[in-house]
Amino acid sequence: MPIRTVMKANEAAAWAARLARPKVIAAFPITPSTLIPEKISEFVANGELDAEFIKVESEHSAISACVGASAAGVRTFTATASQGLALMHEVLFIAAGMRLPIVVAVGNRALSAPINIWNDWQDSISQRDTGWLQFYAENNQEALDLILIAFKVAEDERVLLPAMVGFDAFILTHTVEPVEIPDQEVVDEFLGEYEPKHAYLDPARPITQGTLAFPAHYMEARYTLWEANENAKKVIDEVFAEFEKRFGRKYQKIEEYRTDDAEIIFVTMGSLAGTVKEYVDHLREKGIKAGAAKLTVYRPFPVEEVRELAKKAKVLALLEKNVTFSVGGALFQDFSRALINEKERPIIVDFILGLGGRDVTFKDLDEALAIAQKALAGEEFDEVNWIGLRKEIL
Amino acid sequence: MEIPESVKKRLTLPAEEYFYAGHTACQGCGASLGLRYVLKAYGRKTIVTIPACCSTIIAGAWPYSTLDVPLFHTAFATTGAVISGIEAALKAMGYKVKGEDGVMVVGWAGDGGTADIGLQALSGFLERGHDAVYIMYDNEAYMNTGIQRSGSTPYGAWTTNTPGGKRHFLEKRHKKKVIDIVIAHEIPYAATASVAYPEDFIRKLKKARNIPGPSFIQLFAPCPTGWRSPTDKSIEIARLAVQTAYFPLFEYENGKYKINMPNPKKEPKPIEEFLKLQGRFKYMTKEDVQILQEWVNRQWEKLKKLAEVFG
Repeated sequence: MPIRTVMKANEAAAWAARLARPKVIAAFPITPSTLIPEKISEFVANGELDAEFIKVESEHSAISACVGASAAGVRTFTATASQGLALMHEVLFIAAGMRLPIVVAVGNRALSAPINIWNDWQDSISQRDTGWLQFYAENNQEALDLILIAFKVAEDERVLLPAMVGFDAFILTHTVEPVEIPDQEVVDEFLGEYEPKHAYLDPARPITQGTLAFPAHYMEARYTLWEANENAKKVIDEVFAEFEKRFGRKYQKIEEYRTDDAEIIFVTMGSLAGTVKEYVDHLREKGIKAGAAKLTVYRPFPVEEVRELAKKAKVLALLEKNVTFSVGGALFQDFSRALINEKERPIIVDFILGLGGRDVTFKDLDEALAIAQKALAGEEFDEVNWIGLRKEIL
Repeated sequence: MEIPESVKKRLTLPAEEYFYAGHTACQGCGASLGLRYVLKAYGRKTIVTIPACCSTIIAGAWPYSTLDVPLFHTAFATTGAVISGIEAALKAMGYKVKGEDGVMVVGWAGDGGTADIGLQALSGFLERGHDAVYIMYDNEAYMNTGIQRSGSTPYGAWTTNTPGGKRHFLEKRHKKKVIDIVIAHEIPYAATASVAYPEDFIRKLKKARNIPGPSFIQLFAPCPTGWRSPTDKSIEIARLAVQTAYFPLFEYENGKYKINMPNPKKEPKPIEEFLKLQGRFKYMTKEDVQILQEWVNRQWEKLKKLAEVFG
């Protein structure tokens, strides 16, 4: 029987790792993710997880040790955030290029400077071009479930890409919520025993991995990553369906809320989706035709689903906890790519908010709504808007 | 090619080859010799990890490989971490690692990748006690990027970023003693070796195989391209590095130091003997040579003392 209990997202992530039975975990402490390796150490110490736990001296080495272990043929896991993920950056490319299905839990946190330990998505959004799959959790249950899903998708032969699962710093990492821990047997059936499928280091079968590729071959290697990301779209749908069958919880790349007759749809990710759904209820009570949509999958970017969503709205209001300087938020770019050549498309208004742990309140959303309504009415509006700025200290 | 048993018996090195002809090293390359010896010593059950360095190129571009063992290319700073991960995974899968019939996990990195950018990962690897062998092939500069100084470049050397010039802008720092940094971790086995003494190198490799825990070997590997030396003089130069006590051969085993100089009774030759065959030292003044000689003397006296007290 699944256990219904309460726990923080960090504990949920550690439980997900335990249920996935990785053979090697290499991790380095960083706020707000430290509890994940702490909890995993406990599982290992108590014999509840049979794995080698490498206490590395940096995140660069954490991901490098995972790369080595994964290449040697085992399931691997690590957790990090912010500067730690940034330090991993060059090795993230290597993990993807070598097609190693490593899973990383990310407690989404702002980047320095100024130093800040609180939530936004700049850390993982900045890794969007590494080739990794990216999932974002709205709550602690999703953090647990999406890590299991990430392993399954990453290890699929049509994909073979590493994956990261993001959940908001403190808002989720350190907040206790109800979580259902699935049965080990059901998870075992869902994930299956790990089998290295592609290339791995076996003295009985000498191969070279990560070799030098000249201009005559490099592009094809990169193209296979493109293909794998495209393949992942279908595989994710299949895995979501299988997950629902086995565990009873439904996931979609884009989850919609009261969008059917909406004029303005607020689009966001992570825990902010909860706030936005409540805000939509509040607007509906006032007779404002608003809806919400949440991206559970950010990479591969769900282009087709975005196009479907766009058909339902006159204005898409993107609520983003990240910045791509002089452009807007990363979602603005991504949505533009999905919709630019559509014959009919909604207006897109971009909102940057909640950076560095700034709370996002209804008042902030009212500010965004007012701009979205201007756009809806055909009035002039700014494409990119910083919401909740304290102008008095600027 | 099969080597007859009668011939094998007379060889002082293992006859088996796992490092094949057709590699892309420069003429006279010490590193390529070194890697060949490593595979002779360890054989087929070896997994080699190489960071970005000369050996990345030497091993061959896709789809070719000079090495007939599993080979993993990784990022510059990561050798220590990657071999840690490989070792942990092999153990988790139930493989025997190290020992006579165990899988050998080998990190093969240059001096830049070890003394500089990879030092942190090396330290982590040593401190955590993984069963693997880390070999630093020391050609005393970043050769693959075109001869830039590293922490392991000696005093007075010319490199492309210590070019001499009017201001006599040569390397002004002494060679970083990576082996001493390694020994500070009190690992079970550390040693220096030279491509000029392959029997000694292979003996050390085999010793490292059978001592549990992390092992480290700093291998002196001449680079004619970067040292501006004749390609047929690499072995002679490597031999002189030992004979002048510039790069003395020794072992550190469970807290004990043992010097293994080829001719223990002989006093070291003057450092000029080592310097004069290499164009990289031609800008050194007499004073520079003296400064380097004093450094060599100091290091040599220190080593002798260590061997005397902790022998």
